[in-house]
Amino acid sequence: MNPVPAMQNSEILLRGVHKWFGQFHALNDINLSIAPREKVVICGPSGSGKSTLIRCVNRLEAHQEGHIFVGGVELDHDERKADLTRRGVGMVFQQFNLFPHLTILENCILAPMWVKKLPRKDAVDIAMTFLERVKIPEQAHKYPGQLSGGQQQRVAIARALCMNPKVMLFDEPTSALDPEMVKEVLDTMVELAGGGMTMVCVTHEMGFARQVADRVIFMDRGQIVEEGTPDDFFARPKTDRAALFLSQLLH
Amino acid sequence: MISRLILTYPEGARRTGIAFVLCLITLGLYALGISSAWIGYLVPATSGWLADNPALGRFFAAGMIALILAANWMALRQLTRRQQIVGVWIELFALLMLFFYSFNLSLPFIAKKIGFMVSQGVVTTLYISAISIAIATLIALTGAIAKLSKNGVIYGLATFYTSLFRGLPLLMQIYIIYLGLPQVGYVIGAIPAGILALSLCYGAYMTEIFRAGIESIPRGQSEGATALGLSSSQTMGLVILPQAMRVIIPPTGNQFIAMLKDSSLVSVVGVWEIMYLARTQGQTEFRHIEMLITASMIYWILSIGLEFLQSRIEERFGRFNVR
Repeated sequence: MNPVPAMQNSEILLRGVHKWFGQFHALNDINLSIAPREKVVICGPSGSGKSTLIRCVNRLEAHQEGHIFVGGVELDHDERKADLTRRGVGMVFQQFNLFPHLTILENCILAPMWVKKLPRKDAVDIAMTFLERVKIPEQAHKYPGQLSGGQQQRVAIARALCMNPKVMLFDEPTSALDPEMVKEVLDTMVELAGGGMTMVCVTHEMGFARQVADRVIFMDRGQIVEEGTPDDFFARPKTDRAALFLSQLLH
Repeated sequence: MISRLILTYPEGARRTGIAFVLCLITLGLYALGISSAWIGYLVPATSGWLADNPALGRFFAAGMIALILAANWMALRQLTRRQQIVGVWIELFALLMLFFYSFNLSLPFIAKKIGFMVSQGVVTTLYISAISIAIATLIALTGAIAKLSKNGVIYGLATFYTSLFRGLPLLMQIYIIYLGLPQVGYVIGAIPAGILALSLCYGAYMTEIFRAGIESIPRGQSEGATALGLSSSQTMGLVILPQAMRVIIPPTGNQFIAMLKDSSLVSVVGVWEIMYLARTQGQTEFRHIEMLITASMIYWILSIGLEFLQSRIEERFGRFNVR
């Protein structure tokens, strides 16, 4: 199996990926190719392996079998390669994972200064640009604990963008938010999608999927069960499992 | 039954309770064998009666003290919280001084010796403690990271170290290092031996504090840092440790204060720190207690200094916690 031809037009490529947590088969033979600038939404019931899948893409989790390529580089046991890859892959977490001991601005300039070795002034300029884009520049000198959940998540998005990534991974970015704050985060993500970035998003926000996604992937029990355009998937799910999942989601 | 009475007559129950506590204190003081002599001093006219009725006199003395305590309690309750704290400190400090006064100390002797106690003893104690604290902190940091390592060899080294040095009495460690190392051909001075023993012993305790502090930081923090491309050492130094400090500092301050006082054990190998001077300076004139009390007060003052320092550092690392 030679991955090279398929990689010509893949930003992210997974070939026969397996992962186990002890006895639990978290990922079962995942094959997936994501093109540059493609927006992919991954959904599925909890425990289906969606989060594990995208956490493997920046090697927060190590897969045990198969191959994962990001930007043409294979992720393996070489941690330096993983660190290099992560510079081009931003990630937004369900729990924001902002650093509470640093101000908003310091959160955003930490990685550019220490990883990319940018001078502080340049890093601050970049950070302020993105904080303006997520519409909270005035909070730059507050600490994360002083912000609402929605604001914190927008900071997390800005923080990831400060590294100028080619790929953004979102791991249920709105699941920990109060309902009235979901929209502001989704709006930020929709705007981001317009900018031509490769996005992989684990979410149950179907409105967002319809509006933004090129492709929806449905996972269950560690497998990709079904994939298709949002219109097809939501209107005419091909499998019973997807149909059942969607019917539960709508109520 | 009783609970119903308390509910029905709250005021009566309160008074009964106070009277009961007063009786308890009186009986307690009496049982401790309190003397009634002080009443004789204050009111000489009663001394004859006291001599005739010793038991009744002692009981009366205990009751008086209980009443004085109660009055004091009532008086303190009139004050604000801050004044109460200061008031309690002043009262207890006065009692402590009264206790020392009862030893009939020779103040001129203390005045004569205290200069040397400070210039030699305090300086030595402080620099032994400061160097040991610095080394122990480094050891603790290394040890904690080693204890969190996936590498079995490193983990094994760290657990053996903490187990051994937490398991041996510090006094034993000082002897073993000072007397044992020359046996294998390395002659070590008394002060380096003391510093080594203090560092290794406290490093072992603090390893556990640091490990617990690091582990208290949620996994999401290191994941967030890793996802941004930070290396594992950057993640530790920039994200995990600064947050862990908030958890680490209070128990570490405790350890520092304990170490300051445990440095007195180094006196057994003849280092001229506070404890050694306290034992030797009083010998020539048989004024041991003067020197011991002076040394105690010096240790206390130094500890207060460390407590103050600790609260300042806690404030600094806790500032992001404001809302």
